[in-house]
Amino acid sequence: MPGLRDGIRSGINGLRAILKTPQKTQIWKSIFRVKHERKDPRTRALGTVGNVFLHLHPGKINRDAVRYSYTWGMGGISFYLFTILTLTGALLMFYYHPTKVQAYRDILYLEHDVPFGRLLRNAHRWAGHLMVITVWLHMLRVVLTGAYKKPREFNWCVGVLLLVFTLLLSFTGYLLPDDQLGFWAVTVGTNMACATPLVGHEGPFGPQLGMTQANDVRFAMLGGTIVDSAALLRAYIWHCVAIPLIAVVFMGVHFWRVRKDGGISGPAPVVLESEIKPEPER
Amino acid sequence: MDWRQIGEIVSQPDNVPIVGLALVVPFFVWFGWRQARATDRLISELEADPAQAATHHRKPQPYRRGWDRELPVWPYLLRIEFLAALIVTVLLLVWAIAINAPLEEPANPNYSMNPAKAPWYFVGLQEMLVYFDPWFAGVALPVLIITGLLAFPYIDSNPLGSGYYTLRQRGVALWGFGVGFFLWLMLIFIGTFLRGPGWMWFWPGQTWDHARVTYEVNRNLAGVLGIVNPWLGGVVGLAALGLFYWLAGKAIQWLVTRRPLDRKIFERTSPLQYLVFQFFAITILAGLPAKMILRLVFRIQYVLVTPWFNI
Repeated sequence: MPGLRDGIRSGINGLRAILKTPQKTQIWKSIFRVKHERKDPRTRALGTVGNVFLHLHPGKINRDAVRYSYTWGMGGISFYLFTILTLTGALLMFYYHPTKVQAYRDILYLEHDVPFGRLLRNAHRWAGHLMVITVWLHMLRVVLTGAYKKPREFNWCVGVLLLVFTLLLSFTGYLLPDDQLGFWAVTVGTNMACATPLVGHEGPFGPQLGMTQANDVRFAMLGGTIVDSAALLRAYIWHCVAIPLIAVVFMGVHFWRVRKDGGISGPAPVVLESEIKPEPER
Repeated sequence: MDWRQIGEIVSQPDNVPIVGLALVVPFFVWFGWRQARATDRLISELEADPAQAATHHRKPQPYRRGWDRELPVWPYLLRIEFLAALIVTVLLLVWAIAINAPLEEPANPNYSMNPAKAPWYFVGLQEMLVYFDPWFAGVALPVLIITGLLAFPYIDSNPLGSGYYTLRQRGVALWGFGVGFFLWLMLIFIGTFLRGPGWMWFWPGQTWDHARVTYEVNRNLAGVLGIVNPWLGGVVGLAALGLFYWLAGKAIQWLVTRRPLDRKIFERTSPLQYLVFQFFAITILAGLPAKMILRLVFRIQYVLVTPWFNI
């Protein structure tokens, strides 16, 4: 049957051609949209700008900003850790019930029976700690390079709020294993809220305004007067749903503003003291 | 000496980040400082030689004529980002394999941990409870720190130093932030490594003694001065607080107008900007250490005592 043999041969040849230059196939073209030529700066830029995952990047960037020494990469690493935390966190949610009966047992189950469960929990916890550190270092770098200055003041403020969300995320997660460590850390932490001026029952002017254990700001945080089942559920919802959602919105604004405020702040050419422009009239 | 105790604290899995911080922060401060010095050298060269300033590319990074000022993000930036992601992933996996996340006994409201410590990034707040009442240390001060950070770019009226490391052009801003950052880290270190049962002070080398009793009596400023009348005590406390704000304000004023460039920046600062700056600088950067010294060295608990709140 010569027809069949020829058909197979031409099929193999076709496959070979595809393997050699996959860029020419219809599938490839449909996925990547633009042709990518090494020597053509325009298509190179399109490779970044035309990609949904990369389009937050500009096509081109200040040649010195590429160096690790200027940004330390801490903002990007913080974001990367956030995505790792989201992934590992979602996987942990498969094994966790935010109830007093189940929570602690779920952690034991995760540590002893779930394949790679312990690794999953460890990675989530250490990524959370690491993210606190990288966010602090990111802030330190922004201060050291004066990257918060005009026109980036507002983005600095968004960043400060993101720092607060990072700490809150970490803090709400602390309670979830429902062990002594988390219980007492959160007890200590939320006890301070009793002393909030005006809205805490032990704070200045709190009692005068009718604040008691059962209606002050700590009660609202815990859903009770001690850290118990309601507090566990609240911590879980803040930790897994509310704060991540809020943080993602703020992150979107943060990254967008980086671009709109003129991209990464430097390394910029130095301005000399003798070149300070006179202050514009207020 | 008992070094096992401090070893135990240091090797606690949840304290690994603090040990890491003790290594990483000095490294990055040095890393930034080194780049600031390079920029500052360039700045003084250019200040001295206007002809060079007119033609120089004005960065400490190397530049040759004909080099593109911009590079395509792909591949030059993306490959670094990819590499960074890989390194972080490997680091995290090694960390997660080597050290287990802590899990204590099930939560038990009837059996309190001693010491019961907040997570390490909030231990600084917990340590501040020693120096201030909870409404101030746990609520007002954190709010002040956050608002101070939010206000930071708006009160820095220095037109120089945007987008490069420099010490020379931004002394005040860097020292101001640096002192705050250092205080925060120091509180965390004290709270983690030096505080034991009953939140008592244990030096490295001392064993945590759960039965330790201290005979320290904390006094109020009025008591030290021998004032019994609460009204007079309140007035004296208020006066002391006022005096502290005035003296610290004067000292900060002197610090921020010492060099000619700082004076030039000071002239560009609006009264509102300056007042906000002074408020945060006195309250957080000067007030916190002042109260720490009063409490730790002189055992003075309150400066101002009122029926509603104490400071």
